[in-house]
Amino acid sequence: MRLELKQITKKFGDFTANDKIDLVAEAGQIHCLLGENGAGKSTLMNVLYGLYQADGGEILLDGQVQNFSGPGDAMAAGIGMVHQHFMLVPVFTVAENVILGHEPTKALGFLDIQAARERVREISSRFGFDIDPDAIVGDLSVGVQQRVEIIKALLGDAKVLIFDEPTAVLTPQETDELMGIMRQLRDEGKSIVFITHKLREVREVADKITVIRLGKVVGEASPTDSSEHLASMMVGREVDLSVHKNPANLGEASFKVNNLTAFNSAGSKVLDDVSFEIQKGEIFVIAGVQGNGQTELAEAILGIQERVTGSITLEGKELLGKSVKKVLDSGVGFVPEDRTEDGLVADFTIAENLMLDRSDRPPFARGVQLQLKKLHQFAEEKLKQFDIRAQSIFSKAKQLSGGNQQKVVLARELSRDLKVLVASQPTRGLDVGSIEFVHEQIVAARDGGIPVLIVATELDEATQLGDRVAVMYKGKIVGIVSPDTPREELGKLMAGVTK
Amino acid sequence: MNQQKLIREIFSGNAVIPIFAVLASFIFGGILIAFANEEVQEASGYFFARPMDTITAVLNSVFGAYDALFRGSIFNYQAATPQAMIKPITETLAFATPITLAGLGLAVGFRSGLFNIGGQGQIIFGAMFAGYVGLSFEAPFLIHMPMAVLAGLIGGALWGGLVGLLKATTGANEVVVTIMFNYIALLLLTYLLKTPVFQAPNQVNPISSPVAESSRLPGILGDGFRLHFGLIIMLAMVFVVWWLLYRSSIGFQFRALGFNPNAARTAGVNIPLTYVLVMAVSGALAGLAGASQVLGADKQLTVGISATFGIDAITVALLGRNNPFGVLAAGILFGGLRSGAVLMQANQGVPVDIVLVVQSTIVLFIAAPPLVRALFRLPKPKAVQA
Ligand SMILES: Nc1ncnc2c1ncn2[C@@H]1O[C@H](COP(=O)(O)OP(=O)(O)OP(=O)(O)O)[C@@H](O)[C@H]1O
Ligand SMILES: [Mg+2]
Repeated sequence: MRLELKQITKKFGDFTANDKIDLVAEAGQIHCLLGENGAGKSTLMNVLYGLYQADGGEILLDGQVQNFSGPGDAMAAGIGMVHQHFMLVPVFTVAENVILGHEPTKALGFLDIQAARERVREISSRFGFDIDPDAIVGDLSVGVQQRVEIIKALLGDAKVLIFDEPTAVLTPQETDELMGIMRQLRDEGKSIVFITHKLREVREVADKITVIRLGKVVGEASPTDSSEHLASMMVGREVDLSVHKNPANLGEASFKVNNLTAFNSAGSKVLDDVSFEIQKGEIFVIAGVQGNGQTELAEAILGIQERVTGSITLEGKELLGKSVKKVLDSGVGFVPEDRTEDGLVADFTIAENLMLDRSDRPPFARGVQLQLKKLHQFAEEKLKQFDIRAQSIFSKAKQLSGGNQQKVVLARELSRDLKVLVASQPTRGLDVGSIEFVHEQIVAARDGGIPVLIVATELDEATQLGDRVAVMYKGKIVGIVSPDTPREELGKLMAGVTK
Repeated sequence: MNQQKLIREIFSGNAVIPIFAVLASFIFGGILIAFANEEVQEASGYFFARPMDTITAVLNSVFGAYDALFRGSIFNYQAATPQAMIKPITETLAFATPITLAGLGLAVGFRSGLFNIGGQGQIIFGAMFAGYVGLSFEAPFLIHMPMAVLAGLIGGALWGGLVGLLKATTGANEVVVTIMFNYIALLLLTYLLKTPVFQAPNQVNPISSPVAESSRLPGILGDGFRLHFGLIIMLAMVFVVWWLLYRSSIGFQFRALGFNPNAARTAGVNIPLTYVLVMAVSGALAGLAGASQVLGADKQLTVGISATFGIDAITVALLGRNNPFGVLAAGILFGGLRSGAVLMQANQGVPVDIVLVVQSTIVLFIAAPPLVRALFRLPKPKAVQA
């Protein structure tokens, strides 16, 4: 099906998120949508999917003007969407989830769950998914949940499929598989709109690329264009895609983790005798496929991991066993992996989020009285410094685009007086321009003479940013190597192959 | 969907919903009034012959009832003396005092993600503590009265804080615990009112002596009115709660916990301690309501001291969207319904229960959509930002 968006405009109050956007997606093509954080990509897709009503312009499918008053209409017209934040009901089974919204019924309105099961099996086998229709969605891994979303979209007989940053939460392996699935869908004649910030993926699968910036289309690009070219089109300036850092100026090893072992509530080992030291002025990257103990390691440092033994010291002082507040106060900067769940209060304003872990002390409080003037001044500064794209410091965090939410968390943590920085996937969901900026900030923190611990799932990020790279596998550190170790070797380590 | 998310959803949304909920409930109440009216029933018997009769009867019954409600709760333009004319609004405010105080308390809990429905018990504890101070000795007014009020605040804070402590240490669900605590408080009061601790000498009924003159909240406007100094305390608390929630670091942490406990924990908020604090503050406000009743309104302890204020307070917090000023507005509305219902029954023969129906429909209109979604585990029909 040929999808055509004509002069789509969408406003939030006075703010124009989409400004007369034109876009054509042909059947049998993968159409990439590139743009900075807050450029308006998700908004445009939400308009297309009927979640938002456009303030102007029209949507055409095979030349027919469409009028969607909700996602139901869009689905019925053949549009399917795989959201970045999955819209699945965790307590339902796969089959129940995929039919939610357009439940097939038998006579007398009884749910035809059997038919749903069959369809799930059929679509699964067509794409080589291994999905049990009776599995509870909450028990599935992120990658598999995404496939459930895909099945759900296909079940509605979608001919246009939208993927909004689907790879942000996937492992490299899962990403490759997803791209295979997208190619297969394309070859079946579907039109695919694919949003991502990762230029490598764009250049690999795109048939056509549209770049938007500040709510407007700035042009088309070709998949054969260089990454640098794509990046500068997106951001509107030259972007340096590699990390620049001076040789490390190493000080004493002030952050030490010794024999850290932890068990989850089910009793299995999630951290297995983890030991390492980080020197002042050094970036130490933990690489590995997500789910190999990185989350638990970060949480143990923060003091919220239970059933953990060993020791974690900062400048000789033990952190393990202390309360979160004490840990933060001793100078630990913490960027959690899941910003919406752990890093932000979605219903708080940007300003409020910027003082989340310092609301009880100067400059933000005198006694228990909040100093709102000081806070607002501070927030204005950070908004500029970190280029957070928002209408104002009073915008709620939930109104921000994904990338801008991440910048709020980073701005908060990096503006504290830190003795060590612990950041999990600090650039997840960020555009190339912001990644450059965040990397500069992290390098600056390191050059300011503190130890930095980064958890990365992207190999490129790990090797570019790190002064040393540790690979974690099944809760163990299986190797600590130099960042110029060949990719293949790192890949092997990540798969648990040790010599 | 977990309980906290549900609470958050019920209480989120804008001011339009409560206003419409109130309007819709009054309309619904009007329909019931018309149906129950004898003249309407009679006239509808020959509706097809003379439809105007039925329509007139309906209009008469509904307007008559709501006119009586107005005269009974705001301004009685039919009364003989100016005093009697303004009496209804003072009655409304007198009822609004405990309801709003307790409503503020519950609102603090709800804002922080704690579904405190123990208003009844906390009012009773406040009343018992304040009553004890008021009954057991005499002292100069400037010392005795503040002491008694403070005792009420402490009583409520302890009873509420205990729930917080149970939740923090054992993970007990505050809904269940507060409900049980309501019973415990009531039974304890009933028992103590039969022992020399509270029972007036030479009494067979569970009633205390009047509290000492020096401990009483002085009246406002003089003897003909029930209005007392508790109103001033209540108004002050509206500002205090506003300040606490929106201008203090403590309230900031309360709200962070209410909106997103995970983020609050990651940001170093001491969650168990905050549970205790929230419940103590919440209980303290309800305790003040109890103090205001025993020291200002009833001037003695009875088993009915808390009436249903702690239950009305839930609706008031809900209707006021947990905003202190919203709670005040809702509290006055509920005070008005209570004081007006009496005249409505006396004058128009409309049962007092109609007010209960109106109150309950308000709850239904506000709480139902998220509740229904939660019960059937439906996803939220709203855009999610990527
Ligand atoms: N519900 C809303 N209310 C107000 N402003 C909004 C709302 N949703 C989005 N915006 C604003 O519209 C702009 C575009 O947001 P959108 O989510 O479309 O960006 P995006 O291109 O998807 O960015 P990202 O790559 O970071 O996900 C942002 O500046 C955002 O703050
Ligand atoms: Mg987006």
